[in-house]
Amino acid sequence: MSFLTDRARAHGLGSAKEGTHHWWSQRMTAIALVPLGLLFIVPFAQALGDGHEAALALYGHPFHAIVAGLFILVAFNHLRLGLQVVIEDYVHGGARTVALILNMLFCALFAFGGLFAVARIAFAA
Amino acid sequence: MVEFALPKNSKITKGKTWPKPEGAKNVRTFRIYRWNEESGELPRIDTYFVDMDTCGPMVLDALIKIKNEIDPTLAFRRSCREGICGSCAMNIDGINTLACIYGMDEIKGDVKIYPLPHMEVVRDLIPDLTHFYAQHASIMPWLETATNRPQKEWRQSIEDRKKLDGLYECVMCASCSTSCPSYWWNGDRYLGPAALLHAYRWLIDSRDEATGERLDFLEDPFRLYRCHTIMNCAKTCPKGLNPAKAIAEIKKMMVERKM
Repeated sequence: MSFLTDRARAHGLGSAKEGTHHWWSQRMTAIALVPLGLLFIVPFAQALGDGHEAALALYGHPFHAIVAGLFILVAFNHLRLGLQVVIEDYVHGGARTVALILNMLFCALFAFGGLFAVARIAFAA
Repeated sequence: MVEFALPKNSKITKGKTWPKPEGAKNVRTFRIYRWNEESGELPRIDTYFVDMDTCGPMVLDALIKIKNEIDPTLAFRRSCREGICGSCAMNIDGINTLACIYGMDEIKGDVKIYPLPHMEVVRDLIPDLTHFYAQHASIMPWLETATNRPQKEWRQSIEDRKKLDGLYECVMCASCSTSCPSYWWNGDRYLGPAALLHAYRWLIDSRDEATGERLDFLEDPFRLYRCHTIMNCAKTCPKGLNPAKAIAEIKKMMVERKM
């Protein structure tokens, strides 16, 4: 029981003074993923089934290594932004904080794992 | 809070079936949500039969007829009976709308009437709109100026006045906000389509001088950015307005001032 006024309840803790950057980033990463996705997936699909050597050769090439690196960074950033929205929509209370932290950690883990793999192939070649 | 089932105290039970009007040839069935706190019982769906030959064409006509002739305990809000006061918003045949301007010819089969979704119920078809109104008040729904008051009126060109069309018509019936899942799950912080449409109405008013403060107030992941443009608001609006578009315009203003 609390005697908050209706107005105090509506105002809550006030404006967070952010949100636009997140919204805009989500749209910009989505647009960037159209060309990046095509540039990444087409050569990847072509190399499929050609064996280990072909894959090493593909990502040994600077262009493909850079495209793969960018794709991984942008895609996982986009994933993080998108999952954050889902969490904010559906998870409440303390679980929300935990979920948001885990989201950040896992997306960073996969992104840097991917980058490391590409870099290892690119620099080994 | 996300909920997949109704809370225990909101489970709907089978209600009373009221007697059919005697000698009526053209009878329509109404299934109406009933609940009042004093009874201590679960909500129930009562069944009424209305003689359509002696009833007006709108859902509100039937509700008033039921209250006058069958069951005076049925509670609902109504006032203007012409879609301008916004009092009689309820969920009719699965859509949030105004009972007074929703024709019964648009409904197939039984007429099912519930209070606006996911709101606390005061009684029967009356939802508690306290927080909804407080949110509307929080967006400063008035002309905010710093310039000295002019001798006569604040002047506005015809073109600038036209920008308010499609916004000023909102009667705050709450149909849109209560149709929005984001408002259901995060209504404590998300302002909802109605309040945001009003916010935009003042943001683009050429006479207003608080645009920056208004945008500052809305700059928040919950207040504004819970809108994911699923358009339930525009689909349900009994006045044919498009709150989703107004919200999109606010987001554009937010980006514009950052560029």
